[in-house]
Amino acid sequence: MSWLPILVKGCYFLAALLFILGLKRMSSPRTARGGIVWAGLGMLLAVLATFALPDMQHRGLILAAVLIGVAAAWWSGRRVAMTAMPQMVALYNGMGGGAAAAIGAVELVAHVRRALPAIPDTAPLRPESWALDALHQAQSPALAPLSAVALVLGVLGALIGAVSFSGSLIAFAKLQGWLDKRFVFPGQRIVNLLVLLLALLHGAMLASGDLTMPVILAFFVFALLFGLLMTLPIGGADMPVVISLYNAFTGLAVAFEGYVLGNEAMIIAGMVVGAAGTLLTQLMAKAMNRSIGNVLFGSFGAAAGGAAQEIAGSQKPIEAADAAVMMAYAERVAIVPGYGMAVAQAQHKVWEFAKLLIERGVKVKFAIHPVAGRMPGHMNVLLAEAGVPYDLIEDMDDINPEFPNTDVVLVIGANDVVNPVAKTDPSSPIYGMPILDVAAAKHVIVIKRGKGTGFAGIENALFYADNTRMLYGDGQAAAGQLVSELKALDT
Amino acid sequence: MIDGFLALYIFMLAAFTGHEIIARVPVILHTPLMSGSNFVHGIVLVGAMIALGHATTPFETGLGFLAVLLGAGNAAGGYVVTERMLEMFKPSAGKPGDKA
Repeated sequence: MSWLPILVKGCYFLAALLFILGLKRMSSPRTARGGIVWAGLGMLLAVLATFALPDMQHRGLILAAVLIGVAAAWWSGRRVAMTAMPQMVALYNGMGGGAAAAIGAVELVAHVRRALPAIPDTAPLRPESWALDALHQAQSPALAPLSAVALVLGVLGALIGAVSFSGSLIAFAKLQGWLDKRFVFPGQRIVNLLVLLLALLHGAMLASGDLTMPVILAFFVFALLFGLLMTLPIGGADMPVVISLYNAFTGLAVAFEGYVLGNEAMIIAGMVVGAAGTLLTQLMAKAMNRSIGNVLFGSFGAAAGGAAQEIAGSQKPIEAADAAVMMAYAERVAIVPGYGMAVAQAQHKVWEFAKLLIERGVKVKFAIHPVAGRMPGHMNVLLAEAGVPYDLIEDMDDINPEFPNTDVVLVIGANDVVNPVAKTDPSSPIYGMPILDVAAAKHVIVIKRGKGTGFAGIENALFYADNTRMLYGDGQAAAGQLVSELKALDT
Repeated sequence: MIDGFLALYIFMLAAFTGHEIIARVPVILHTPLMSGSNFVHGIVLVGAMIALGHATTPFETGLGFLAVLLGAGNAAGGYVVTERMLEMFKPSAGKPGDKA
């Protein structure tokens, strides 16, 4: 071994270390910014080292593909709005899954070629070329036919990667609003299961050595089809869990393909993401009081559409001026933002309003439900974008006991996460989901566009409660009215 | 090639590392962290480069090119999006209008 492969391996080692340290730093708000820079350095190091690998061909092509891919993703990532972040994560994640699947495909096809009974040119072997070949094989395992374990892991990685690829693209299209309808037909589960079994069957054929082009092709078609079919029937409200799951999938696929290529950096980074993503998915599903299996195979929207609950009482409106006065003379105010606030781009106005209240000596807190927005923590990001310091933001578990002592709760653009039905009505599809207990506060003001139901299509008993007043209007306009009414109080 | 059992140990230890990193994370960082881990599996780019670098037939080269393209998109997009999110996290200290 010359010094170059050792240097490359050293770079991979450093990259893996930087990834882990970077992710560790990302898990605390104070050091989070540095974390992504560390991980970024690790990536740069690993990519540069790979360029320097001695036996690489097509360097020009590689450079071109890297430049095109980086430029396109950099450009789209820079200009996308913060509200659209979840679907961008889904898109980039899908790309990673697709890359892993494509690597698997290349390795399988190359394996067929390499495993063919070697037809050496019968010219007498020159010893030095033979020695060079042996050296190459020692340095780069990708040149040798795959071992049995590598073959199995390679097929598995390709399967998971392909599912993550097509699934993430569907998730992207759904969140982007390109695919509005849920795609449901009778016997869907059986069809999905059948497609999965077919993909597994062809995968098993590949792994057992039946490596022919038609089998490889069929394997990828069924794997991609399964990702597509599995994601289509899932409702938009469940997309965060699905994206997180596919994120973990891609991590696993990368780790498996890393084994095939004998690349330790890929194994470690992929496995870390696979485990972290799985845990994150569980946390998210738990916050919605649902199991991952229920999200994937349940029929959330169907049940919601079936039986509409009867709720007694009526919605009582309030004017912006009265609402502003109520909060101006309150001692404690909690603001509960939901995705509706982000869609209306109202976070800046809301923060302006909160600042005015704080200047008057009102104690203001922002209460965030774990699944508010389209991803866990999405709402925190949107509030942070408006400049809300993160120490004013409270998690559900911290703020729920405080609601009985809160004078006014301002709900803006949130619906299901404050719906008391989740605690009272066992027939409701969201029954059992932990909610923000805003109904316990002395007064509740709900800013809402109209009288309709929320994202999940479920009636909200909070809107009919005796201590609730409805402030109808577009989120941004309503928040603007509150700001000007509050300013008018002082003059 | 990495020895079978050695690889198994790497798989296991890396899985525990990932679990530990996430286990004590506040909810407000879930989205950036998901995005950050999305960036980290962009390391698939390295594998894609190796696959393309060893491709010999046009078919393999085409697939490898696609893999590098997608991998580069994953890495670059993941970085930009995560960086933009984390850029916005600031503590209240030193912010005006926030002394109450």
